[in-house]
Amino acid sequence: MSVKDYLRERYFPHMWCPGCGHGTVLNSLLRAVEALGLNKNDIVMTSGIGCSARISGYVDFHSLHTIHGRALAFATGVKFSKPELKLLVPMGDGDALAIGGNHFIHAARRNIDMTAIVMNNRIYGMTGGQFSPLSGLDKKATTAPYLTIDNNFDVVELARAAGASFVARTTTYHALEAVDLLKRAIDHKGFSVVEILSQCPTHFGRKNKEGDATNMLELYKANTAKLGSKALKENPSLIARGIFVDETRPEYCEAYEEIIQRATGGKR
Amino acid sequence: MARLKLKEHAINREWCKGCGICIHFCPKQVLELDSMEKVVAATPEDCICCKLCELRCPDLAIEVLTDQDEKND
Repeated sequence: MSVKDYLRERYFPHMWCPGCGHGTVLNSLLRAVEALGLNKNDIVMTSGIGCSARISGYVDFHSLHTIHGRALAFATGVKFSKPELKLLVPMGDGDALAIGGNHFIHAARRNIDMTAIVMNNRIYGMTGGQFSPLSGLDKKATTAPYLTIDNNFDVVELARAAGASFVARTTTYHALEAVDLLKRAIDHKGFSVVEILSQCPTHFGRKNKEGDATNMLELYKANTAKLGSKALKENPSLIARGIFVDETRPEYCEAYEEIIQRATGGKR
Repeated sequence: MARLKLKEHAINREWCKGCGICIHFCPKQVLELDSMEKVVAATPEDCICCKLCELRCPDLAIEVLTDQDEKND
């Protein structure tokens, strides 16, 4: 199958801005799904609200475009009723960690088998460029014309602390790496989080003088380094990429099935 | 692995938004924007079929077709 077989081509060209990183995330995700040879009838994608959430409309899987921040809550419901399905949950940074912050940490704590993809563009793009909990200190946004004073979350550390059993980070510049990490995350049994830094040239890039999409990608290349690399050791201020957590832990649906067996004395 | 040979660059002009990511990161400067701000393969003979344009395209508008693809079909 080619990548296009997983698309709803009738909705193209998509609504994302020229140079938006979310398109590259969609591209990488489809390649990962294709490489794993998954049947599109076995995949459910749930998404919330925002630029990133529009991704569920473009893929030819089962899809749920739900309410803001609740993509993981809906995904939990789907997974719990049909554990044989693969759940892909792409979310924006605000969707995952501001509005849906509680759903995020509790889904991670339960270690329920699904793949959360945080498409981190560090801004609320759809509503006009307000700063998000991932914008970080000293950034400009339409709601912070004199720079932000808010610290940002570290998605990787947050997911690790909350109990996710697979945590990885990459960028839209590193497309091959993104495909590889997504493949491993989808294959992982348990709650997996992949943070993909994604450029928003329209809002974040323009406000923070990071130039156009190509320049923002150059910045990802310059400001990130692979976990365990020499570059990262020499300059720890770089953003680390790679797999941070990859552990096998009891999965929620399986643990629940055991409870059912115990309660019914194995009669079901 | 045998070297891939280019058949053509399949560019979907309806989908291309002219962001220039493929042009900027092409290691052989094969691509450029035309007067309509859409991507065209200006020097396809230089293409080494690394497919980086295809991988990074946010609009899924470019595909590098090689002789290998034909054999797989």
